[in-house]
Amino acid sequence: MKTENQRAWFFVLPVLLLVAFNALVPIMTVVNYSVQETFGNNVFFWQGLDWFEQILTSDRFHAALGRQFLFTFLILIIEIPLGIIVALSMPRKGFWVPVCLVLMALPMLIPWNVVGSMWNIFTLPKIGLLGYFMNDVLGVNYDMTQQPLSAWITIVVMDVWHWTSLVVLLSYAGLVSIPDAYYQAAKIDGASPWKVFRYIQLPKMKTVLTIAILLRFMDSFNIYTEPFVLTGGGPGNSTTLLSIDLVKIALGQFDLGPAAAMSLIYFAITLLVSWLFYTLMTKDDAK
Amino acid sequence: MAKITLSNLRHSYLANPSGPADFALKEIDLDWQDGGAYALLGPSGCGKSTLLNIISGLLTPSDGRILFDDRDVTDLPPDQRNIAQVFQFPVIYDTMTVRENLAFPLRNRGVNEAKIAERVAEIAEMLEVEEMLDTRAAHLSPDNKQKISMGRGLVRDDVNVVMFDEPLTVIDPHLKWKLRSKLKELHQRVKATMIYVTHDQTEALTFADQVVVMQEGEIVQIGTPVELFERPQHTFVGHFIGSPGMNILPATVEGEQVLFHGQPIPVEGRLSGEGGTTELGVRPEFVSLAENGVPARVRKVADVGRHAVVEAMVGNTSVKAVVDHANLEQGAEVHLAFRQDQTRLYRDGWIATEAAS
Repeated sequence: MKTENQRAWFFVLPVLLLVAFNALVPIMTVVNYSVQETFGNNVFFWQGLDWFEQILTSDRFHAALGRQFLFTFLILIIEIPLGIIVALSMPRKGFWVPVCLVLMALPMLIPWNVVGSMWNIFTLPKIGLLGYFMNDVLGVNYDMTQQPLSAWITIVVMDVWHWTSLVVLLSYAGLVSIPDAYYQAAKIDGASPWKVFRYIQLPKMKTVLTIAILLRFMDSFNIYTEPFVLTGGGPGNSTTLLSIDLVKIALGQFDLGPAAAMSLIYFAITLLVSWLFYTLMTKDDAK
Repeated sequence: MAKITLSNLRHSYLANPSGPADFALKEIDLDWQDGGAYALLGPSGCGKSTLLNIISGLLTPSDGRILFDDRDVTDLPPDQRNIAQVFQFPVIYDTMTVRENLAFPLRNRGVNEAKIAERVAEIAEMLEVEEMLDTRAAHLSPDNKQKISMGRGLVRDDVNVVMFDEPLTVIDPHLKWKLRSKLKELHQRVKATMIYVTHDQTEALTFADQVVVMQEGEIVQIGTPVELFERPQHTFVGHFIGSPGMNILPATVEGEQVLFHGQPIPVEGRLSGEGGTTELGVRPEFVSLAENGVPARVRKVADVGRHAVVEAMVGNTSVKAVVDHANLEQGAEVHLAFRQDQTRLYRDGWIATEAAS
């Protein structure tokens, strides 16, 4: 005889309340703003899906979204292979393992706005070490405050510097979990180094790489602090990524309705891409 | 296929070994005959895996040479030695199908596709894995994975030796027996030299024609399963093989007589050597309860079904005897008789009686 016992719900209640207050309520507030117009004094007018339509058809949003995808694409295409290469070349045992691991972890421990400030000072022409070196020693015209290309190179390099370590550490964790017997068997089977990578190391790293790509996608797609501190979205709008644009609309112009609609669209894109990617990556395992 | 000769082989994992204790392998001289089925038996840490890795080329020995048919291969890497090795945990290439797994060693060597297809089909038939050839290897059960690892070793028809490093560790007990007989059958079909490393005496004795027993980096005895059981050259072999192992009893020698707790015990033949710590060795199977003999007190009787193991105390020495069912009470006074032709003397662990002719 199974006795029905509903008391378990009481234990879930605190979590439900917590989640409600830190996730559901704020999101619903945003939803609330996204379908109304306000002129202050707590007076709201129903707008329906107007704001969504306005955002989705605006050139400004399209441009920011395009820049956002370009940025994420660039950093992924650099950070993932680079992270794997660094992980492959790290020692597997001995004195240098902890040294390498700590060195790798260092950039990730620095607060984001500090990273932005560091790179700002580092790359400023005349006073920054890199800026001075590029302009006055190499003679390359490099100024991230004036030229969109320089600004783009700087934010991409900064992100690579800041976050490749994450890919390295995750890949490394995958690599050290491979038993020696696999390498020995491959040697006996006469496998080339490329085949060892392709058929042993890559498959064993697949799970952690999936996580690495997902994390890097979400983080870079939502990136705000570092480019904001470094370039403030400029020169012009050239490095105005989605989140920077969103903050401009919400806090700069105080257009809460469009900003709320844009937030929801932004959230939906992040969620959709992550889901698509995860589903594709794990499809084989289910078979 | 080839005869494998190990000459003056020594290995240490330390950079500057100073004493014998630093060596994982101490002076190994051994010939493996072409086509033989060998087992390398010993407790964990005795150096058997080290020896195996030296033969396969995964390790380079500190001293000594390895010859395959008089060709020195000591400095050759594993892929140039034409050997195959099956590891303790099945190694398979997860992303490949079973067929691709089996073909992998051949593809790496540039064998033509027609020949590959033929060999893969042949091996699949031998291992009875034909119906899973096109499934992804990642989804196989451990015993099938281990079969595939074996198959990858056997697929090359020019292998000098196939080595197994405790291959049944992860296999369920009821499948172990099946896989073991499969191995035996494979050996008869492919006629390659096979070396099987294990610490399990049943596996070693059922698989091999010749068993090499190792202890602390040294070979203590090489022989057929029967030889190892009947006439252990060293007390370690006597104790390690058999269940329960050989009784090793403290003994003193006076002239030609061997005394155990003051009782003269007749041994198989004339004594050889002198000095050293002397011990008597007799298997429990050859100890019986008799009318007269060494008096003892029964300490424990374990009925294991087919027979009973009696543990009796002579003074403070415990002696085990395998007897047909005995109605013995704990504490009962009995007399033990040792079968003469199966009772031997050991000096410092090594046999010191001549076999009865």
